[in-house]
Amino acid sequence: MLNPLVGQSEVGHLGDRAFKGLTLVMALSVFVLILLIGFELAHGSSLAIRQFGWHFLVSSEWDPVNEKFGALPFIFGTLVSSAIGLLLAVPLSIATAVYLTELAPLWIRQPLTLFIELLAAVPSVVLGLWGIFVMVPWLSQHLFPRLQQTLGFLPWFQGPIYGPSILAGGIIIAIMILPIITSVSREILRSVPGLQREAAYALGATRWEVTRIAVLSYAKKGLFGAVILGLGRALGETMAVTMVIGNSPQITKSLFAPGYTLASVVANEFSEATSETYLSALFEIGLVLLGVTVLVNGLAQLLLKTFAGPGVKPQN
Amino acid sequence: MTATNHRWREAKNVCMQTLALVCAALVVLPLLLIFFHLVSLGASSINWTFFTQLPKPVGEIGGGMANAIVGTFTLILLASLLGVPVGVLGGIFLSEYTHRRLNWWIRFTADIINGVPSITWGMVVYALIVLPMKGFSALAGGMVLGLMMIPLILRTTEEVLQLVPSGYREAALALGIAQWRMITQIVVRTAMKGIVTGVLLALARVAGETAPLLFTAFGNAYWTHHLTEPIAALPLQIFNYAISPYDDWHRQAWAGALVLILLVSTINIGVRTLTRDRFSKRGA
Repeated sequence: MLNPLVGQSEVGHLGDRAFKGLTLVMALSVFVLILLIGFELAHGSSLAIRQFGWHFLVSSEWDPVNEKFGALPFIFGTLVSSAIGLLLAVPLSIATAVYLTELAPLWIRQPLTLFIELLAAVPSVVLGLWGIFVMVPWLSQHLFPRLQQTLGFLPWFQGPIYGPSILAGGIIIAIMILPIITSVSREILRSVPGLQREAAYALGATRWEVTRIAVLSYAKKGLFGAVILGLGRALGETMAVTMVIGNSPQITKSLFAPGYTLASVVANEFSEATSETYLSALFEIGLVLLGVTVLVNGLAQLLLKTFAGPGVKPQN
Repeated sequence: MTATNHRWREAKNVCMQTLALVCAALVVLPLLLIFFHLVSLGASSINWTFFTQLPKPVGEIGGGMANAIVGTFTLILLASLLGVPVGVLGGIFLSEYTHRRLNWWIRFTADIINGVPSITWGMVVYALIVLPMKGFSALAGGMVLGLMMIPLILRTTEEVLQLVPSGYREAALALGIAQWRMITQIVVRTAMKGIVTGVLLALARVAGETAPLLFTAFGNAYWTHHLTEPIAALPLQIFNYAISPYDDWHRQAWAGALVLILLVSTINIGVRTLTRDRFSKRGA
């Protein structure tokens, strides 16, 4: 080796290729993961799919003893509790994001953001514990009777009050998705160009008018993405919901009645599933849940990415 | 006419600003309530016994969560062995090698995986590890948490690496250093603090996970001597105690929840205050 540089550059080339290959393989692991999830769930549910077919999705009978399985009550519970969660969380979180980016005095922004990040970090099981012992008793003693008094003419607020209920599940979901919608909306609003605001101010708009005309309407698509992302989280939320929703597979009009969600039934019954068909039916519920959340999340990511490019971080 | 119009607009302005403030207060309220109740109901049960003893059998008062605390740390360690190398190296690829279309798909897929409900992860690892090994195990629990960490760390690593000025890379390459050494010795080292932050946040996130552990780690009332045995974890123990009918277990569930949330929020506040100046993109 006469010229030491030649050897070094060859080693460098080899090292470059090896290192790039290694990082590439690791990055490609995300594709392996998504395929793995899909395959394992489909494989696990093949027995139930063969046995029940499409009927599984529309049948409301869930009777493990007689091996009759239908997912409708869980789909219903998931959709209704998520809808309640979104209904409560969306206005609150978008208003908070507006407050954080447009209105709040500067000194308050950082502590408030930290608080919201902390709320995002509260483990689901801790929220569920608080839900069982603090929130549900308060709801059934104070809020629910009052709701029944004032809105009792609506079918949703009629019937006996148990405590654990679809409405309680929806409220817990709202608390869980507040921070994610808030922080993604905040990133969206921050990426609105300052010129937008200045132009509106120059026309003599008040602060609220600037927010409405220049900021919110500009950011509409991104905010919609944030909401859909929250929906994805709401659909898959497991522990906290399981602890307050009452876990009873029924379809009722009353929001005060207990319900059940796709994620909760898996959490509660999976390790007790005694027969192969039972286990397979639970796998199929997991598959339904996966399909729905992947679609919803995919839509949310597309909305967020086309709104702001890669700059808006959809996590945490 | 214009004067009343102006007054009306001003009133509306004040009204909406107040409404936004009220909403922000409502968002913070649950957090304050949760912390208040955790401290008031859990703090009195946190003592030496809680950290050093095993759970007592049903009906006996006392005992602690020593095995669950050790179990949670064991699971996090196992999870890091899988999640950190894959996530960090994958993040390096996304940031340092530009294949526009491929990188877009990797990011997109990682973000989708991030949104996969944690309970379905548990089912996947159940089919993948628990069934073939014929039993719940610490390994399965560590693996499910590790898999969940991958997309989280991948994205945060990419993000902090992109904050390293490209001048650093160019200067290093101009000195004739190989690209992979430039990446490992200059870029990664510069962004090390941010990478560690991302890893710690991912750890804090999976440390509180319960759903994926239900049928992988499963829980254990005793010490786990081998990684192929079921293992206790703090969130699992909190869940089992919370839904039990015993008052003494409820008391311990509150204490466990307080310990868990202190662990998680200390990591969160710690890393966020330590790294705020450098890695926040646009100030507050």
